[in-house]
Amino acid sequence: MNAPVNPADQMSDALSRRNFLITLTGAGVALGFAGQAGAAAGGPAGFEPTIWYSLGRDGTVTVNIIRAELGQHVGTAIARIVADELEADWSKVRIRTVDSDAKWGLMVTGGSWSVWQSYPIYSQAGAAGRTVLIEEGARLLGVKPADCVARNSAVHAGKASISYGDIVAKGNLARTFTPEQLAKMPVKPAAERRLIGKPARARDIPGKTNGQGVYGLDATVPGMVYARPKLPPTRYDSTVVAIDDSAAKAVPGYQRSLALDDPSGTVPGWVVVLADSFVAADRAAELVQVTWKSGEAAKVSEADLQKHAADLVADPKAGALVVEDAGVDAAFAGAVSKIEATYTTSTALHFQMEPVNALAFEKDGIFEIHTGNQWQSLVLPWLAKALDRPADKIVMKSYLLGGGFGRRLNGDYAVGAALASKAIGKPVKLVFTRADDSRFDSPRSPTVQVVKMAFGEGGRVTAMDHTAAAGWPTLAMAPFFMPKGANGVAYDPFSVNGADHWYTVGAQRVRAVNNDLANKTFRPGWLRSVGPGWTNWALESFMDEAAHKAGVDPLAFRLKLLDGAGRNAGSGPTAVGGARRQAAVLQKVAAKAGWGKPLPKNTGLGLATTFGQERDMPTWVACAARVRVDPKTGEVKVEKLDLVVDCGIVVNPDGALSQMQGASLWGMSLALFEGTAFKDGQVADTNLGAYTPLRMADVPDLDVEFVASNEPPVGLGEPATTVVGPAIGNAIFSAVGARVRDLPIRADAVLKAMKT
Amino acid sequence: MTTFKINGRQVSVKAPEDSPLLWAIRDEIGLKGSKFGCGIGQCGACTVHLDGQAIRSCVTPVAAVAGRAITTIEGLDPKGAHPLQTAWIEAQVPQCGYCQSGQIMQAAALLTTTPHPSDAQIDDAMNGNLCRCMAYVRIKQAIKLAARGKTGAHA
Repeated sequence: MNAPVNPADQMSDALSRRNFLITLTGAGVALGFAGQAGAAAGGPAGFEPTIWYSLGRDGTVTVNIIRAELGQHVGTAIARIVADELEADWSKVRIRTVDSDAKWGLMVTGGSWSVWQSYPIYSQAGAAGRTVLIEEGARLLGVKPADCVARNSAVHAGKASISYGDIVAKGNLARTFTPEQLAKMPVKPAAERRLIGKPARARDIPGKTNGQGVYGLDATVPGMVYARPKLPPTRYDSTVVAIDDSAAKAVPGYQRSLALDDPSGTVPGWVVVLADSFVAADRAAELVQVTWKSGEAAKVSEADLQKHAADLVADPKAGALVVEDAGVDAAFAGAVSKIEATYTTSTALHFQMEPVNALAFEKDGIFEIHTGNQWQSLVLPWLAKALDRPADKIVMKSYLLGGGFGRRLNGDYAVGAALASKAIGKPVKLVFTRADDSRFDSPRSPTVQVVKMAFGEGGRVTAMDHTAAAGWPTLAMAPFFMPKGANGVAYDPFSVNGADHWYTVGAQRVRAVNNDLANKTFRPGWLRSVGPGWTNWALESFMDEAAHKAGVDPLAFRLKLLDGAGRNAGSGPTAVGGARRQAAVLQKVAAKAGWGKPLPKNTGLGLATTFGQERDMPTWVACAARVRVDPKTGEVKVEKLDLVVDCGIVVNPDGALSQMQGASLWGMSLALFEGTAFKDGQVADTNLGAYTPLRMADVPDLDVEFVASNEPPVGLGEPATTVVGPAIGNAIFSAVGARVRDLPIRADAVLKAMKT
Repeated sequence: MTTFKINGRQVSVKAPEDSPLLWAIRDEIGLKGSKFGCGIGQCGACTVHLDGQAIRSCVTPVAAVAGRAITTIEGLDPKGAHPLQTAWIEAQVPQCGYCQSGQIMQAAALLTTTPHPSDAQIDDAMNGNLCRCMAYVRIKQAIKLAARGKTGAHA
């Protein structure tokens, strides 16, 4: 068995390896990690390390959040982790979303990692703060620390007490912890938690009800020039030949059009149309005529992409072996029976509501980029190269994100704004229209997958083989995050996660194949849940097909394979319990949905399950979908979705429910309402009307249940996205006997499948 | 120059008469709560009231509102405590929040004409407002909460 290094692990390690410091500063107590191990301990420079939270003389706790606020209320969740351990009064806790700075280390918001990664670190940080405050509070009160308790931002000893603010003001709190000491900090038992797991109102919500929340699009600076991009015919291989703006000159407020010169290669062939207002820039852009010279990508269609993927999948030598057990080929050769199926998914768009935009300008020797972004650490080096200046002379200011879903992991739009500003020497606000945003989205790649299973005597599953071909976002934008497979070939882990499932299937092979034509044609993106968005579509549809082939009930078939044997036993901390926890949520959802009970004609119940994003951060989710199919039209109506999730400790119950609700409807939307196609090197559907995400009237009866657990918390932003599609597909089969293998599921495909 | 009332205040904007109202509101008047989503009137993020009716400001030319009264999310309630705003917080509706100004303005227009909407009436009125985070369950919940609150107030 091959165990690739998980990028999330690497990041988590990088965070926890840093020394943790508690120091007294002028403003109060600062608690944080040294930027580089050892660099900050001791000397005066150590008093200004990376700071995760601080405690002011007035008792205010300020928690610094490096994650983007894109709808998950992550600031509230993380601040409550700290505040709980610190025994802080929640009303005295402030949340500060920070700007980019090297001292924060890796800044990325994605992968459903935020709470999972933050939980141990911030818990220990909070516990360390509490420990020091109790020690110093005891000294100031003239009692023993053992006689003190911390509660509500004060240290109490019998009837005497001293507030945290007074301890900061009067005490001496200089103290450094090594990682070993930190790991031993007395993190509270579950019964002592006062904030975690309790209802909380998200701090970012009020500003989202009164128009006061500030998003990237709302950022302004005096003297800024508006710009709309004029995007080339292809992502990579277009160069500007000529710009004719004679017609645009009639637009009042039009300034000029500019071909961007980009040493970083991020925005090749982009032209920006500059004007006094966005409306003028928008209108002028419609009139500016740009002649580009483009390469082969300008001809590529969705069919070309899918044919190329299918050809690659058919070549057994292609790709990286992500899981490669001994005996796969032998098991298939000696099988009593076999099943094989091919699954496909179409291109899908992020379609976040706020089109990408950025405001850029130079001020006092620093280039400021004001924008909503999910991966500042990825974009800063691009900006540095594009602007030809060191990264420490660039700062990305954080704003609320009008939706992320992975689109804003790719900060290409910031590069366009920065280059335009540098070229004209003025602040530039670059705003994409919706169509611009769709055209140069980093879409979810179309995919082709082939899944095979071998059965031995008595219907025993003896081997499984899963190959997934897709455009690889990580190859396009962050190749340093790519581990190597058993055959030494590097691969995008996010393109194949999910295929390395927890079912015990004998000898297993998982192969990840890059669709190089996709990577040449467009910049594949990480779209909410990424790989499992397609691998779980294939896997869970296939499990149903395999069950029917074996003549076994699909629930019983899955439960038998989720036996927790061998590598599927799971190990701590976060994967403890392994496949048995997955079996438990599946069983529970089946019972809730009335699995096995008779249903009306043309109505069916379908099951699917997932472990979320990654094997070492499993979020166990199961879904039962009840659908009604119109046998005349093939139209699918989802009547009910039941979901059960085990995500360990639920830090913020209502926030967690909110994420599950949104993610499951996302899954339904991707399954039935979305999907586009490449045509002449570009996505065909660029605005509403053509691209039609789910609306309120489409929402089914939705029931989400959390399993009570004291295991460490894992991610919640994505996992529910990937179970709904296959649950619907399986329900359609149950309703009318039509097996659909292409996502999104179209009515005509259902009709066609009914006839075969 | 086009003159109209916005949130009770008389304003004049220089934007060309055929220019979308949304950008005049955002960039000339400086009220940023109304958002730009699709630019073709199909997502609802730019929804404001024109003489009490919900309209899509991204496809409404400035000239069309001359001498009339516009209300934006900033002016829905002087304290930001319209029953819908309170309900939105109560039900913890917003995720990314970008569409919510438009959702609230759309819902406010609904409750003005239909104080006790049925599920179907809510679907009907709100279907033009896209929530990409898909917080629909809570949007509906909050509208019902606000409608019930109104009942309480009048009873």
